[in-house]
Amino acid sequence: MTIATIDSSASQPARASLFYDPVIRGVVFQVLLALFIIYLVYSGVTNAANNLARAGIATGFGFLNNRAGFDIGQSLIPYTANSTYRQAFFVGLTNTIFVAAIGIFFATILGFIVGIARLSKNFLVRKVAEVYVETLRNIPLLLQLLFWYKAVLSALPAPRGSIEMFNSSVFLNNRGLIMPHYLAEAGASIFYASIAIGIAVAVVIARWAKKRQMATGQIFPTIRVALGLIIGVPLVVLFVLGVPFTAEYPELSGFNFSGGTTIRPEFMALLLGLSLYTAAFIAEIVRAGILAVSKGQTEAAFSLGLRPNTTMRLVIIPQALRVIIPPLTSQYLNLTKNSSLAIAVGYPDLVSVFSGTVANQTGQAVEVISITMIVYLTLSLLTSAFMNWFNSRVALVER
Amino acid sequence: MTKIILSAVAGAAALTLGAHAASAQTLEAVKAKGYIQCGVSTGLAGFSNTDDAGEWTGLDVDFCRAMAAAIFDDPAAVRFSPLSAVERFTALQSGEIDVLSRNTTWTMSRDTALGLNFVGVTFYDGQGFMVPAELNVDSALQLSGASVCVQSGTTTELNLTDYFSANNMEYNPVVFEGLEEVNAAYNAGRCDVYTTDSSGLYAIRLTLDNPDDHVVLPELISKEPLGPAVRRGDDQWFGIAKWVYYGLVYAEELGISSENLEEMLASENPDVRRALGGDGTFGADMGLENDWLVKIVRHVGNYGEVFERNVGADSPLQIERGLNALYTDGGLQYGMPIR
Repeated sequence: MTIATIDSSASQPARASLFYDPVIRGVVFQVLLALFIIYLVYSGVTNAANNLARAGIATGFGFLNNRAGFDIGQSLIPYTANSTYRQAFFVGLTNTIFVAAIGIFFATILGFIVGIARLSKNFLVRKVAEVYVETLRNIPLLLQLLFWYKAVLSALPAPRGSIEMFNSSVFLNNRGLIMPHYLAEAGASIFYASIAIGIAVAVVIARWAKKRQMATGQIFPTIRVALGLIIGVPLVVLFVLGVPFTAEYPELSGFNFSGGTTIRPEFMALLLGLSLYTAAFIAEIVRAGILAVSKGQTEAAFSLGLRPNTTMRLVIIPQALRVIIPPLTSQYLNLTKNSSLAIAVGYPDLVSVFSGTVANQTGQAVEVISITMIVYLTLSLLTSAFMNWFNSRVALVER
Repeated sequence: MTKIILSAVAGAAALTLGAHAASAQTLEAVKAKGYIQCGVSTGLAGFSNTDDAGEWTGLDVDFCRAMAAAIFDDPAAVRFSPLSAVERFTALQSGEIDVLSRNTTWTMSRDTALGLNFVGVTFYDGQGFMVPAELNVDSALQLSGASVCVQSGTTTELNLTDYFSANNMEYNPVVFEGLEEVNAAYNAGRCDVYTTDSSGLYAIRLTLDNPDDHVVLPELISKEPLGPAVRRGDDQWFGIAKWVYYGLVYAEELGISSENLEEMLASENPDVRRALGGDGTFGADMGLENDWLVKIVRHVGNYGEVFERNVGADSPLQIERGLNALYTDGGLQYGMPIR
């Protein structure tokens, strides 16, 4: 009897009133919330559209096909004043990705070096790393950008008083770093091919070496062999072919140097600022990651007879990486987003070109800002997706 | 429909933009808050700049003070928003400011597609070039290959491109959003040439380390009619701004100045009587008091006084009246009749 009563009371309430059914309640509230959000977005959009129309502000994305009519100082893709606003957008986008990618590369290398140096047993090395981190981490990035641009790079001499380097083929002045420009001749494709083959062979050897080490325990000097294949062999090929490149040397003519390749100070300032600033944060992440690996791991490695360098490379860093990667991802995202400060030093990134100049020349702020926001969101999600994939690869596999 | 869906992404930005742009009764809103919010440049000598006491002065500033005088009988009932070239139109469209008085060129696209109404031309200008004297350049046509400093989002940027391509010349643009950054870059020798409206060049030259080391080249490569603008959709406010401008010019035409205002108030000249509110309901018809122009001239002066004080003979800029003289003196300034 008692058991029967309990049974019925356990299933009864659900049937007794739909109002108290947790499942139905959940669905109802979710649908209500969804409807509310849809209404909010709908009313916001129609309100904006109506008001824009009433205020006589042109709307729509047709403007992207119009002639831009302005020049951009640095462009990785073909662009002239006769190009469209859409092409100007792509110039800004590629410039943003370019500076962010190179910035991430340098910040990671420098960050790892400084992070490991902070744990060095050498007093001087440790203190220099500490001063670096504490100084650069605590000064706002904008100030650092302005420092590099105004105090360091603007202080360089004018073109006529350039600092000459490498037998007068490289010049440094307040217009940038001007280097010879190399043009490929016939035979250059063989050189490119030798690099590609070198990389491919190195990958195959690395796989074979790993398999052999797993099976027999014998260690193969993979890194040295790979470097020889990727750098050494193409160098030999280069000289055998008789260097199939002609250099176009920069020459001082008129106002400035003509010919050669110029790295503009705006780019240098932004790259220096972004990489040095982010490296300070990455250094702290690396230090924390290494400290998170139990000291017993080091002691165990030492007791096996591994040397400190090998211990660091094979035991500590792989374990530290799983602590390091998630916060590292957010530093990469920060660096990409911070590149929008480019506007302060005149580097033509997406924000400066598109949501600055294009928005102002067309007056279509709503559309331009929408596109810019989507771009940064997409870049962030892509970076984050890649890092999550990488993280799942290096995550500790428990056996 | 796609337009609407795509603009959906603007989200919060669109919401705020919409909310302000909808208000049509600017005059009532201005009266209720007790001051005019006026958008000016971030600092351009002669047009809008802060003096030693932190007070805004200049031709663009005085236009806003004239509006405040007409509405409140108090030229100080203005708050100034310093805006960069990129920020200015959004600030006006979104209702952040009531009037934009910021050496802005009146162009067709701005007048038709930006939701703005240009009030009039308070300063006729043209774009020019400034270079260091040591370069020994005496014509803009010798500038091929030069690095040119320019402010982004301006008509200047577009004229520059057109001029160099029309003359088959190359150049490297060095573009900044803020005027201060452009000035600093030119001063530091980052570029060989500074280009902007010629009035701006004279103003900026004064702020350089050694003004005498820089020359303004003779070529003017464009027409730059500079004037204030208001938001579209409020005819009454547009009318007030327009007539404050015409009033300033008309007062000069009639010889009414802050010096002789009291005598003029007693004048029997029917033109003067109508202008100063002695006859008719011209002021009341646009929503102000009939003596609106008296208040303007008393506090701010007429157009000629405003010009000479800020950019002309009584200022360090020493700009000639030129095109900005009254039409009776061979210039282009022409006040519409008050009758």
